[in-house]
Amino acid sequence: MLKQTPLIYKHREANAKLVDFSGWEMPIHYGSQIEEHHVVRRDAGMFDVSHMLPVDLKGEGARAFLKKLVANNVDKLQTTGRALYSCMLHDGGGVVDDLIIYFLNESWFRIVVNAGCADKDIAWMEVQRAKYAPQLSLTPRRDLAMIAVQGPHAAASLWQAMPGMQDLAEPMQPFNSVMVGDMLVARTGYTGEDGFEIMLPAKAAPFFWQALLDAGVKPCGLGARDTLRLEAGMNLYGQDMTEATTPLESGLAWTVDLKSERDFIGREALLRLPRARQLVGLKLLERGVLRNHQSVFTDHGEGEITSGSFSPTLNGSIALARVPAGVGIGDTIEVEIRDKRVKAAVVKYPFVRNGKPLV
Amino acid sequence: MSNIPANLKYAKSHEWVRLEADGSVTVGITEHAQDLLGDMVFVENPVVGRVLAAGEECAVVESVKAASDVYAPIAGEVLAVNADVEASPESINQDPYAAWMFTLKPANAADLDGLMDAAGYAAHVESEAH
Repeated sequence: MLKQTPLIYKHREANAKLVDFSGWEMPIHYGSQIEEHHVVRRDAGMFDVSHMLPVDLKGEGARAFLKKLVANNVDKLQTTGRALYSCMLHDGGGVVDDLIIYFLNESWFRIVVNAGCADKDIAWMEVQRAKYAPQLSLTPRRDLAMIAVQGPHAAASLWQAMPGMQDLAEPMQPFNSVMVGDMLVARTGYTGEDGFEIMLPAKAAPFFWQALLDAGVKPCGLGARDTLRLEAGMNLYGQDMTEATTPLESGLAWTVDLKSERDFIGREALLRLPRARQLVGLKLLERGVLRNHQSVFTDHGEGEITSGSFSPTLNGSIALARVPAGVGIGDTIEVEIRDKRVKAAVVKYPFVRNGKPLV
Repeated sequence: MSNIPANLKYAKSHEWVRLEADGSVTVGITEHAQDLLGDMVFVENPVVGRVLAAGEECAVVESVKAASDVYAPIAGEVLAVNADVEASPESINQDPYAAWMFTLKPANAADLDGLMDAAGYAAHVESEAH
């Protein structure tokens, strides 16, 4: 039996194509994935991301515990509402999950984790909590729904749908959040566009969704979310990083704090392990489509595509690939597609940001 | 229910086949197949002159979501390929029965009788849904 979000009836009403996503019955598209992709790049689209799990960490010493639990430096969170992207590592330096931490106050942080990892994350965090900070409480918030409104017109559409939100939410810079009544409104997203992720009581979600529909926001499925995040050069857990790879091999060195003496879980392994592999961007130079797990051949050895797709904005194919250290931007490498080798350029990513192609 | 024209024949692997007046056959993928795959972004046709066995992988269609092989519905030699669908893969989504992929000279005209008619294909699609 698949789990369903509070918005399942809205998806059915809109004739969404529903698929099994990590055990959840989720919309993959509502007709055309490519159109939904373009709507987010050019106007405003919305995603039901209620399968993701907010977890509230509460109690005295929450910050100190997070300094142990995650690889990024939680001391970057100094102002109320500030958000931080981080990986949570196991002792060997592999990635248990990637997550966003919202700083609500010194004794209340909200951690949003991936749907597919939610159970193992809770179990992992519980073990660490018992060990380092038994006074804290960890509360999974399945009573909340989560809606992402993304695109250059996301803000204007959101104020139209929810006028009461504008005063508090409009001044917000990216990677901040603000409580509006019983909703947490965050200026975060997974598309490379301006936008918001709103956590709100499950019961209120269908009403909120309808208000956004009435304001002209188009529902978009997880298919478009994937091509948008790939163009934006954002990693997907389970593909671009896993428990078998470190953040340093996954293009996420910028999220790992190795400068301070802070002894987070996995730090020792990150310092010890050789950095033989790196994540790079690829742009296909011939016809075809790059796909996950295709083999990559370089002068420095073989690698593998971790996320490959057609890019609707670039009208070509792009990928993230894990390749040997030594491969550099501007190199031409080969990818094997159905027993045939085709050429691809190693490029800097993100591939697209705020609607503009960068490669 | 998807559109399944009565004047065509169908393979289990979701190709449609039309017998032409000159005895050649035209091949494409069905509306149901394009619906399963979603937005098409890439088409690779077989080389003209290639001799295909029935059921042989001979072309590829790729949507944003996935790549899918296209199979020769019957044995034959490739007479022509449609360059327009390679240039505009989305035409398969727009009108899958107009956006043909390739034509074959059947090795044996009677092989067509082994394909499904519209009712048979409709039942096949139905059975795959369960």
